[in-house]
Parts: sequence; structure tokens; C-alpha cells
Amino acid sequence: MPKLLMFLLLLWQNAFAVTVIDDRQQQVTLNAAPQRIITLLPSLAETVCELGACSRLVGTDNYADWPASVKALPKLGGLYDASVEAIVRLKPDVVLAGKSTRIIGRLESLGIKVVALEPQSLTDVERSMHTIAQVLQLPQPDAAAGRLWQQAMQAIDQSAKKIPMGSQGASFYFEASTGGYAAGEASFIGGVMQRLGLRNIVGVSMGAFPQINPEFVVRASPQWLFLAEPSAVALHKRPGWSAMPAVKAGRVCAFSPAQGHMLVRPGPRIGEAADVLVACLQKASAP
Amino acid sequence: MKSTDQRSLSFALVLCGLTLLLWLLGLAAGSRGFEFDLAWTDPIVQDIRLPRTLGAWLAGALLGLAGALAQGLFRNPLADPYLLGSASGAALGVALTLALGTWGGAQLPIDIQWVGPWAWRLGLTGAAFAGAWGAVLLTLLLARGVQHTLRLLLAGVVVGVVLGAFTSLLSATQPQLLPAMQSFLLGNTGMVNGASCVLMACVLLLCWLPAWRLSPLLDGLSLGEDTAKSLGLKVVPLRMLLLAVMALCTATAVAQTGLIAFVGLVAPHLVRSRVRARFAMSSLLSALTGGVLLCLADMLARTVMAPQELPVGVLTAVMGGAYLMWRLRSHSSHESEPS
Repeated sequence: MPKLLMFLLLLWQNAFAVTVIDDRQQQVTLNAAPQRIITLLPSLAETVCELGACSRLVGTDNYADWPASVKALPKLGGLYDASVEAIVRLKPDVVLAGKSTRIIGRLESLGIKVVALEPQSLTDVERSMHTIAQVLQLPQPDAAAGRLWQQAMQAIDQSAKKIPMGSQGASFYFEASTGGYAAGEASFIGGVMQRLGLRNIVGVSMGAFPQINPEFVVRASPQWLFLAEPSAVALHKRPGWSAMPAVKAGRVCAFSPAQGHMLVRPGPRIGEAADVLVACLQKASAP
Repeated sequence: MKSTDQRSLSFALVLCGLTLLLWLLGLAAGSRGFEFDLAWTDPIVQDIRLPRTLGAWLAGALLGLAGALAQGLFRNPLADPYLLGSASGAALGVALTLALGTWGGAQLPIDIQWVGPWAWRLGLTGAAFAGAWGAVLLTLLLARGVQHTLRLLLAGVVVGVVLGAFTSLLSATQPQLLPAMQSFLLGNTGMVNGASCVLMACVLLLCWLPAWRLSPLLDGLSLGEDTAKSLGLKVVPLRMLLLAVMALCTATAVAQTGLIAFVGLVAPHLVRSRVRARFAMSSLLSALTGGVLLCLADMLARTVMAPQELPVGVLTAVMGGAYLMWRLRSHSSHESEPS
């Protein structure tokens, strides 16, 4: 009799257990729908919230600031300095973290379930939406994640329609950070630009964020330049750049730090990111 | 057996020849590997490759001269231009500017918002230069002057470690700074323009003249401080002046090209292994060697993975490290041989 009871109990538990495979290719089994969730990347918090589970979040990393409700949650550190103690104290059912978060091993050895995700390209973003929907044990996880993905894609396509005539299909160079690091076609932001129909001068074969020879940019002479405000101020000082048609004609999009934060978040707000990029194209194209 | 002067002269001629060859090759090396069919008047050659090649050579020469001064002043073959903390000071300056630039006042209290744009205008070059000087002055302050070699060395180490810790703290709390910081820490010759070449050339001339004029002091110092004093040399003020010259060389090179490893250390070694000359000559040779080394490394950085760049500091470290290892090996095998 006790054996049967045990068996039934096990069966009942298994009915609610879900196994997901994360980006480390590891199986993580969650016995019930997690009610206390911690995210350690801003984009992961955004995805959880957009999937309608914002109320289940109990803590985030230091940089999560969207939607506004997550600002009030305990801040637990960043990629390299997340606090094990603060996380354990919150007794999470699951921690959603970036793959390169340092403390993953430590958390797992303390018996905390960790789902590690690495949203780097657009495909990664779509995959992590599905994984998170499964973790949340939504009624129809794939449908929910699919809807969220479609929304984001439609938002990008809407933005694409607003690109001024002369700049449709234009070539561009996107500088991800000072020191000549480009956002290549393989990167997430490169994926958004590609979906907008723009042509990256830094192809897939060169990797996501390669450091490239500035001469290469001058030679490719892209129609548009995208970079951070501080770099844009000193653009004319770069050897040979002031003669580039894009610089001469002012076809330079400089984004503010706040915009920069949003542009680098591989989550459900990629539609907004596309909007920021296109708004700049419109503004700089206006006579 | 050739005399020392003849040996130095022929070594100098070899270095000048190599310099010319590398300058010419530098004009052909670019984002598509080597191209020899570009016209001299092509803006790619004139506006980009020419300043870059000359800039790399000049920065290397500044570091070579600074290295020769450091090893002469401290009578220590391990001394390098970054000895007095200028590297970590420059890195901190750059990190602060980047942090202010990316915050841009977004997360800062309103009353210091003006700092952001101000920092951008100063630019990374200015920040690195100011940081390097700040660190050297701090070292001199901690060592209470230049009289004591050991105190100076220790103060330099302390300043380096402490400022380095601040830089690490900044990059730990602002992870988005990391790629830009890395580009500075590994050296980058890609953004050198004509104006920075002129600046570096002027500083090189300005620094080499006192090094040349004051070379008797360094020759005297190589016999020991007391001997130098007994020869009637005013050790303390002249030393102060030479330290300032060394700091100016280092700060200028670092501000333009970032922290380039090993050139300042290896160049004087290379010279010493070839010729035993007086300081006036060996400092000149050391500058030429530094220029050749960095010019070569820069050319490889451009072409090995074109159009991607290899960090030039990685190449100088590998080349310099390999040379020193080889030197060490051949040296110790000589020692073990029965004479």
C-alpha cells in the first residue's frame, strides 16, 4: 500500500515536472511551475515580464530597469559580481542567468536550479523566449513565445516601412564600442538591421563583434554610420574618415547612453530598438 | 675587430634601412593584406596608411628612448617606461573618461552632468596623457623626490597597483567599458592621424635632445652613484630632468597608441646585445630599434587577419617575449660551457 502511495505521489509530481534544455545543453528539471524567479540579465527579466509572469520575479541583476516594476525588486549584482548569498536568501525556485555568469556552478552546488541562456543573435533571442515560456510552465508555452516573437518581428517590419526612400537597403557600419569593434551581421543588433533591410559592411564570417581595421570602413564607404555619442564627436579626427561621403553628408547616427543600453538588450524590446534606429535615419535624412 | 664606433654606426645604418623598408611596406599593408598597385596619391595611402605607419614608428621610438632612459637611470635591465606608474595612470584616465562618457549623466546626480561632455571633449588621448603624468607625479611625491632609487621603484609599484585596482573596480561595476578598455590596454595604432604624428615627432626631438646632452650623467651613473658624484655631476637635478623626459616620452606614446607591451623593455636589450656604446649613441639606437619593432608589429597587426585587426600589443608581447627567452637561453648555454 505505501508503495502504491509513493508511486501515485511520484506520478502526481511528475505531472507537473518540466525538463528544459538550456543553452549549455544541460537538462534542468523543475518539479512545479516556479513561483519565485530571479533573472541575472536585463533581457531575461524583460522576457519574463512580457510573457506575463512579472509578478513571479523576486530579484534581478543591477541593470534591469524595464518594465518600471522591476526597478523596485532587490538588485543582486552583475555578470561578474552577482551575490550568491543574496540570491540564496531569496529562496528562488529558478534562476535565469547569462551563460557566462560566474556564479552558476556555485548556485547549483547549493541546490538552486539555474537555467543558463545566451541570447546573442536573433535566433538565440527566439530560442530563449521559448525556453523561458517552458520554464514558466505557461498553458501553451510555444504559442505564447511564438506570439511574443511575432510581435517583435512585426514591430521591426513596421519600422522598416518608415525608412526614408533613399536609405532603403542602404549599407551601414555599426560601431559597438570605441576601439573599432563593429557589430557584425552575426550579432543580435546586426540581425535587427538585416531584418530592417539594411546591408552590414561587416559580414557573418567576421564574427559578432570583430575589431576591424578603420581603413576597411573607409574603403567600404557605407552610406550610414551608427555609433555612440562620444565617438561621434571625435569622428573627424579619425584618419581619412572626414573624406567619407557619410561623414560629409552628416549621415551619422549617434545614440545616447540610454539608447545604447536599449540597443544592446537581446530581448522582446528589439522592436523598440529598431524604432530608435529608424527614427535616427528619418531625422538625419530630413532636410 | 671593428671599433665600437664603427659597430654602432653600421648598426644605426641597418636600423635606418629597416625603417625605410618598413615605411614603404607600411604604405602597402592594409585591410586587404598587401597591395602594391595603389597610387601614392590615393587618399587611403596618404590619409590612413602613412600616418598610421609613421605613428607606429614614432610611438615605438618614444618607448625605446624611454626604455633606454629607464634602464640607464635605474641601472636595472628590468626597468621599462611604465616603471613609475604611468601605464596604470593612463589606464585609469581612459577608464574614467569612458565611464563618464557612457553614463553621460544618465545615472549621475544632476550637478555633475557637465563632467560627461567635458570628458568627451578632453578625449581619450588627453585623459591618458593626464593620467600618466598624474601617476608619475604621485610616485615622485610618495618617493619624496628622486634621490633614492629603491624608494622610487617601490613607489612606482605601489602607485601602479593602487591605480590599477581603481581601474578594475570601474570596469567591474561598468562591464560595458570592457571592450573599449581592452582596446586601450592592448594598444591600438589604428586611430593615429597626421596631427598625432606631428605631435609625437616634436616630443621625440624635444626628449632626445636632453637625453643626448645629459648622456655623460648616465654614463657616469653606470659606474655607480658615488662615482658619478665624484666626477662632479649634479646627480639629483639632472636625474629629475631625465625622469621628466622619460615620463613625457611614455605619456605621449601611451596617449596616442595605448599600452604597448615590451617595446620599451626589449629595445635597449637588443641594442646592448649588438653594441656597447656610450649612452648618447645607445639611446639613439634604442629609439630606432623601438620604432622598427612597433612598425613591424603594426604591419603584422593589419595584415595577419585582414580586414580584422590583431591587437598590436599582443604581437609586441609575443615578439619581445620570444626574443628575451632566446637571449636568456643563449646566455645560459654560454655560461654552462666550459671556458
